[in-house]
Amino acid sequence: MPGTPAIKTTLHLKQPRLRIHLEPRLEEPPRWYPAAVSLGAIFIALVIGGILIAFAGGDPIASYLHIAESSFGSVGVLSDTIVKATPILLTSLACSVAFRMRLWNIGAEGQFIMGAFGASAVVLTPILPASTSPWIFIPVMVLAGMLAGALWGLIPGLLKARFNVNEIISSLMMNYIAIAWVNFFVFAVWTEGGFQMTHQFPENAWLPRLLDYAKAFPILRGLTTHLGLVLGVVAAVILWIVIFRSRWGYEIRLIGDNPRAAQYTGINITRNIVLVMMLSGALAGLGGMSEVTGVIHRLQTSPVAAGYGFTGIIVAWLAKLDPLVAILVSILFGALILAGREIQPSGVPKMIQGVILVCLIASDFLLRYRVRINRTGEEA
Amino acid sequence: METKNNPLIVEMTGIVKRFPGVLANDHVDFDLQPGEIHALLGENGAGKSTLMNVLAGMYQAESGTIKVKDNIVNFSSPRDAIQAGIGMVHQHFMLVPTQSVTENILLGLNRPRFRLNLSEYDREVSELSDRFGLKVDPRAKIWQLSVGEQQRVEILKMLYRGTDILVMDEPTAVLAPQEIEDLFVTLKAMIAEGKAIVFISHKLQEVMSIADRVTVLRKGKVTAAGLGAKHTTRQELAKQMVGRDVVFHLDKKSSHPGEIALQVENVHAGNDKGLKALNGISLNVRSSEIVGLAGVAGNGQRELAQVITGLRKCDCGEIQLNGESIANKSALFGILRGIAHIPEDRTHVGTAPNLSVTDNVIMKQYRHPPITHNGMLNLNTATKFAEGLKEEYDIIVPNVETPVRLLSGGNLQRVILAREISGKPNLLVAVQPTRGLDVGAIEGVHRLLLSQRENGAAILLISEELEELLSLSDRVYVIYEGRIMGEVKIGAMEPSNELIEMVGLMMTGTPIDKIPKGGD
Repeated sequence: MPGTPAIKTTLHLKQPRLRIHLEPRLEEPPRWYPAAVSLGAIFIALVIGGILIAFAGGDPIASYLHIAESSFGSVGVLSDTIVKATPILLTSLACSVAFRMRLWNIGAEGQFIMGAFGASAVVLTPILPASTSPWIFIPVMVLAGMLAGALWGLIPGLLKARFNVNEIISSLMMNYIAIAWVNFFVFAVWTEGGFQMTHQFPENAWLPRLLDYAKAFPILRGLTTHLGLVLGVVAAVILWIVIFRSRWGYEIRLIGDNPRAAQYTGINITRNIVLVMMLSGALAGLGGMSEVTGVIHRLQTSPVAAGYGFTGIIVAWLAKLDPLVAILVSILFGALILAGREIQPSGVPKMIQGVILVCLIASDFLLRYRVRINRTGEEA
Repeated sequence: METKNNPLIVEMTGIVKRFPGVLANDHVDFDLQPGEIHALLGENGAGKSTLMNVLAGMYQAESGTIKVKDNIVNFSSPRDAIQAGIGMVHQHFMLVPTQSVTENILLGLNRPRFRLNLSEYDREVSELSDRFGLKVDPRAKIWQLSVGEQQRVEILKMLYRGTDILVMDEPTAVLAPQEIEDLFVTLKAMIAEGKAIVFISHKLQEVMSIADRVTVLRKGKVTAAGLGAKHTTRQELAKQMVGRDVVFHLDKKSSHPGEIALQVENVHAGNDKGLKALNGISLNVRSSEIVGLAGVAGNGQRELAQVITGLRKCDCGEIQLNGESIANKSALFGILRGIAHIPEDRTHVGTAPNLSVTDNVIMKQYRHPPITHNGMLNLNTATKFAEGLKEEYDIIVPNVETPVRLLSGGNLQRVILAREISGKPNLLVAVQPTRGLDVGAIEGVHRLLLSQRENGAAILLISEELEELLSLSDRVYVIYEGRIMGEVKIGAMEPSNELIEMVGLMMTGTPIDKIPKGGD
């Protein structure tokens, strides 16, 4: 509207006969527009990635086809993609709820690791005997994992709430403590014959996998998708409802959008900082639990601390902090990770991940600005 | 119309500027002579700022021509405009708080080239400020300066760049009465040197007292072009502004105040910087009564409102609402007991900009049924509630899902008022409720406050508009440096000049018992 002189961002890229103006959008773009912009950005990222692949001497189209095939080409690889996507989904949910309140929890990685530790402790301490029924084992491990993750989120949350300690730093540091903590247990307490891993969990403590039902349904043979997917999707749906349909979620959104308004409304911000950090930690912890009981079946540092907590940050942003969109984005990232093993370890797909991320973040400004190209020739 | 011996320095013809959904300037003509103050008058959203932003190179017009000093110009950035001698002082200042006045003035210039010989430039700046009566210490850091002083720095910045056409966008909105006087002296000194000034405002009184000519805009169109200020009247200009006759007298019923609702007793509190802001404030507000708090900005009004609404702790003293202590309780404690608060800062405190109108109007009511049941929001009820308020309070938005950052100032204030008043408050603390609003919107706010008074609410009205305080309030306290200087009763009659003078004296620090009685 006129009368709002806050608009100072008129940018000019001068060219002889072409002027590009960027004007801030003064009205909401239509509903389809954000999705279209995101898809466009991904397309452009793939083109850029293709050019880079060509420079490296590869055939871009063949590479892309190969990536697509090795992550979505058959039921088997699709299942593997989903297995990879599951921990990412849970860590991205952890990040999105914290980021929604502008709490920069960079510690999902540590909370994930502690979740794995908490779940493992149930088997290894042992809190429950190895012969316990899975109907008891799994819920107890879910609780233990979420509790351990929540505790790991609670610490930076309390520091932030009580002493205004920057949560970026504290939650990041907590990651290293978590790795060292788990290393200590893996090396010293629960080591199996001096190796850097614990013994395998009893099968009662494994999350059920599709292949467990292959006897009844042969089509499921070899499919390693596990119950963690269900946990993740259910968590995403519940989180969506909490954020967009509950009183607490309303408070979280209000604090995130304008903390001063939230304070003025009488919302207790410090209490919410602690609660949201705990919820965030619990979600990441659930991810760690799902990974250790669904895939690895033992506690071992390196496959647990594989950076899911950091990928979760990226996925949360790409999903615009929407838990349901996070499901789709996680699967995309699961596919890229899987393709990475297929093509070459940590090469092209990591690069494509990076390019997609940069393009999507850059495209965000199209939502806030409109571009006008004027073909004015006259200079003064 | 213009006197021919005075050639035009700026001539804008047929300016069209469109924003999505709004035709902000519809073939607007405007001109400016050297040595005059030309006021651009209009309601909020009439297109005044847009027109001047076009002149100052911030926006590009879709059609129309601009002639500056007989050359057709086509500015693509404010830098071009400054080179042509056009400088604009915006409502929101663009200064670096941690740098000194001189550093801010030099910012963006290619001077000094290498060695920062500041003392030399300090001297230049103080010479310039002496010349135009813009008192400011060149070595002071911006954050140490009052808003009025910061504005002087903005003006100096333009003068230093050799501006001879100065556009002032609502310059008085942020100033205390004394500072307005100083500004007017400066502006007159500038036109005496042959500079031309565009004075954007929606305050009739100011325009009448400072401008040589007046152009009135309404909804992007010129309704009165270059009228001589001496040949017109306030009523005439107001009619051109709003398109109907504005009633300046409020239909205020005689007051029947009830019990004391708010009792503030000897309250002391600090400000954000930890300095003393309230020095033993005592006052009370009865139900069915509007009590005004007059004072120049920054004398503790903000802190008092925050202490009462639970947003700030007080060091000592007692605050009671209907006999219950509310001092040093949470904001929620007050909200649940019926304290409504119209905050001074609409965008940064009063609303959540990216959330919808619905989300913003339920801010005070989302905790209870019917909006929430068992911790879950009932979106249908919330939407209906919002739509009801949209109708009742005339909030102009396409739908209640619109984020409030897209709303104009007046609409935003209606959202806040709707929210605060719909809760049927016992106590309403209204801080600057009409600041920055146009005549029509101000009238609406005034009516709402009066209707709350009739409904039995106790209202503490904190405002810098003396006229507003005197016409709405039943009693007025005057605050100065965190102390109450005195209290005056306002009758149903038009306040006398003597009374206004008294309030003015108190506002500048004379306690009521030291004021010599008039007439003797």
